Amino acid sequence: MVPLPIENVDTDQIIPARFLKATDKNGFGDNLFADWRYNKDGSPKADFVLNNQLYTGASVLVAGKNFGSGSSREHAAWAIAGFGFKVVVSSFFADIFRNNALNNGVLPVIVSPEFLSNIFAAINSDAKSTITIDLQNQTITNNADGKSESFEINAYKKECLLNGLDDIDYLLSKRELTEAYEKAR
Amino acid sequence: MKTLFDKIWDAHVVSSVENGPTQLYIDRHFCHEVTSPQAFNGLRERGLKVFRPEQTTMTADHNTPTINQDQPVKDPISRNQLDTFAKNAAEFNMPLFFPLGHTKNGVVHIIGPENGFTQPGMTIVCGDSHTSTHGAFGAIAFGIGTSEVEMVLATQCILQSRPKTMRITFNGKLGAGVTAKDLALYMIAKLTTGGATGYFVEYAGEAIRSMSMEERMTVCNLSIEMGARGGLIAPDQTTFDYVNGREFAPKGEEWDKKLAYWKTLKTDEGAKFDKELVFDAADIQPMITYGTNPGMGMGIKETIPTLDTIDEAGRISYQKSLDYMGFQPGEKLEGKLIDYVFLGSCTNGRIEDFRVFANYVKGKKKADNVVAWLVPGSWVVEKQIREEGLYDILTTAGFELRQPGCSACLAMNDDKVPAGKYAVSTSNRNFEGRQGPGARTILAGPLVAAAAAVTGRITDPRG
Repeated sequence: MVPLPIENVDTDQIIPARFLKATDKNGFGDNLFADWRYNKDGSPKADFVLNNQLYTGASVLVAGKNFGSGSSREHAAWAIAGFGFKVVVSSFFADIFRNNALNNGVLPVIVSPEFLSNIFAAINSDAKSTITIDLQNQTITNNADGKSESFEINAYKKECLLNGLDDIDYLLSKRELTEAYEKAR
Repeated sequence: MKTLFDKIWDAHVVSSVENGPTQLYIDRHFCHEVTSPQAFNGLRERGLKVFRPEQTTMTADHNTPTINQDQPVKDPISRNQLDTFAKNAAEFNMPLFFPLGHTKNGVVHIIGPENGFTQPGMTIVCGDSHTSTHGAFGAIAFGIGTSEVEMVLATQCILQSRPKTMRITFNGKLGAGVTAKDLALYMIAKLTTGGATGYFVEYAGEAIRSMSMEERMTVCNLSIEMGARGGLIAPDQTTFDYVNGREFAPKGEEWDKKLAYWKTLKTDEGAKFDKELVFDAADIQPMITYGTNPGMGMGIKETIPTLDTIDEAGRISYQKSLDYMGFQPGEKLEGKLIDYVFLGSCTNGRIEDFRVFANYVKGKKKADNVVAWLVPGSWVVEKQIREEGLYDILTTAGFELRQPGCSACLAMNDDKVPAGKYAVSTSNRNFEGRQGPGARTILAGPLVAAAAAVTGRITDPRG
């Protein structure tokens, strides 16, 4: 887990606008949190958490409340997925980011503020502390204190994540309904 | 009894997924060069066509220069993105494509309304969070991600969970020298950046009713800055008068039919909202922001909140934010020297904003310590600035006019505020680095921006 106890992390921090000039989805992970992560000359900033080797290989990002606010750029979700995160845990997410994450196989897990601060505390005392997420049963467990909480996810989105389905396949299968709707207007 | 939101939403439901989202039909899709290339790639990979090309309007705005637009774009990566946009438009036979230099080119949320694409009762989406702007017409308009752009291109539909509803009422009138932007910044400061997350907001009350369409667009534009999915205002005569006669607006019998429907688009008496808030417009002062999110705003004469007023979990972020801005808790900002002024963006790049700015600077001079970027939202706005004589007023006062685009609002192009410099900006976001790495943004309305531009300091335009 990588701890980022900052609130209101906006998508301009997750991926600054100057990196949005690409026409494909690749390589955004290298510029995840670019302005917090790198010096002007491109060298890593030693005090930024993603550059701390204690957390190398982590697949969960734990962030302060209201994560992903601001711009609708899906590049933010591509950057988080591209870096290798599969889950983001926070006490609150911005709407568009949450949708974008789900559409890219990244699970946003909403926990209570107390649960969140307990995870931060656990990482603080042991950088290698872990959590267990059970998507099927919608539970998250802080393995440091054994406490669990259930989290909400739309049933349809859960099926999509578990089965690797996507919205476009679903909408294409409803084309006749769409055409009927257009005719009936 | 239904809310305005319910009426429009219900009229666009095609089907519902069991225990899941709604398949919502989209009337108008706006598309720009930055958030669309991967969506067109997706169509190609799946071998799909665009389902309803005539319902998508395409304009290049985010990643475009604001000088020398007649020349090839210098940055090769930006040029490639613009070329890709043009190639996609051609390959997928998109009939409404307004590239750089086109008379209808401009910021997507400005050209939509001014050409009559935006109409009451519509569902409108765009791969841009400020799509909420179009809600000013009594439309359900919201920003989407690129996967969703692909959905709309492929099916003219989107899967969305129904948001909760909130009504925010502004009773009374705004004071002299207080603009729609001040009203919005006041509201965001009250609600915080996440205060309306999960909600679709209807704005109501005398202060909203008496606003022009341009002012209503400024308010709805900023809905996303308090986390709202969108914001909307019931259409009225002001709305109908604005839409009537625009190129893509309904004409003749079709107009009469639509108008009759549009007149039914209001919240029924007694309809329930999930949340209701009421403010008094007379309490609102000209606003500025002091931090690194739009919720960190205050009246121009006030002092920055001290740390003890911030809840404990938020103090690290709060201090980090003030450190970035170079401000102290408890500090007063009025009178502080600034370096840049930006007038423009989808928030304040419309003709009225230029009228307000020009009216203030008329007979005055731009301060020598200020670099001012005045960027019209579209070529239509630019033309109007010249026709109304505003151009002469601005140039006499020492200002130059740039060419249309999103410009320094997100600084994807060369319009970047240097590190450490202070910019009074009429745009929508004061995030770290938003206007350039290290740039320090103070959000304000066009009138505060005009006052800062002539004094070189944060100045109350009311004197």
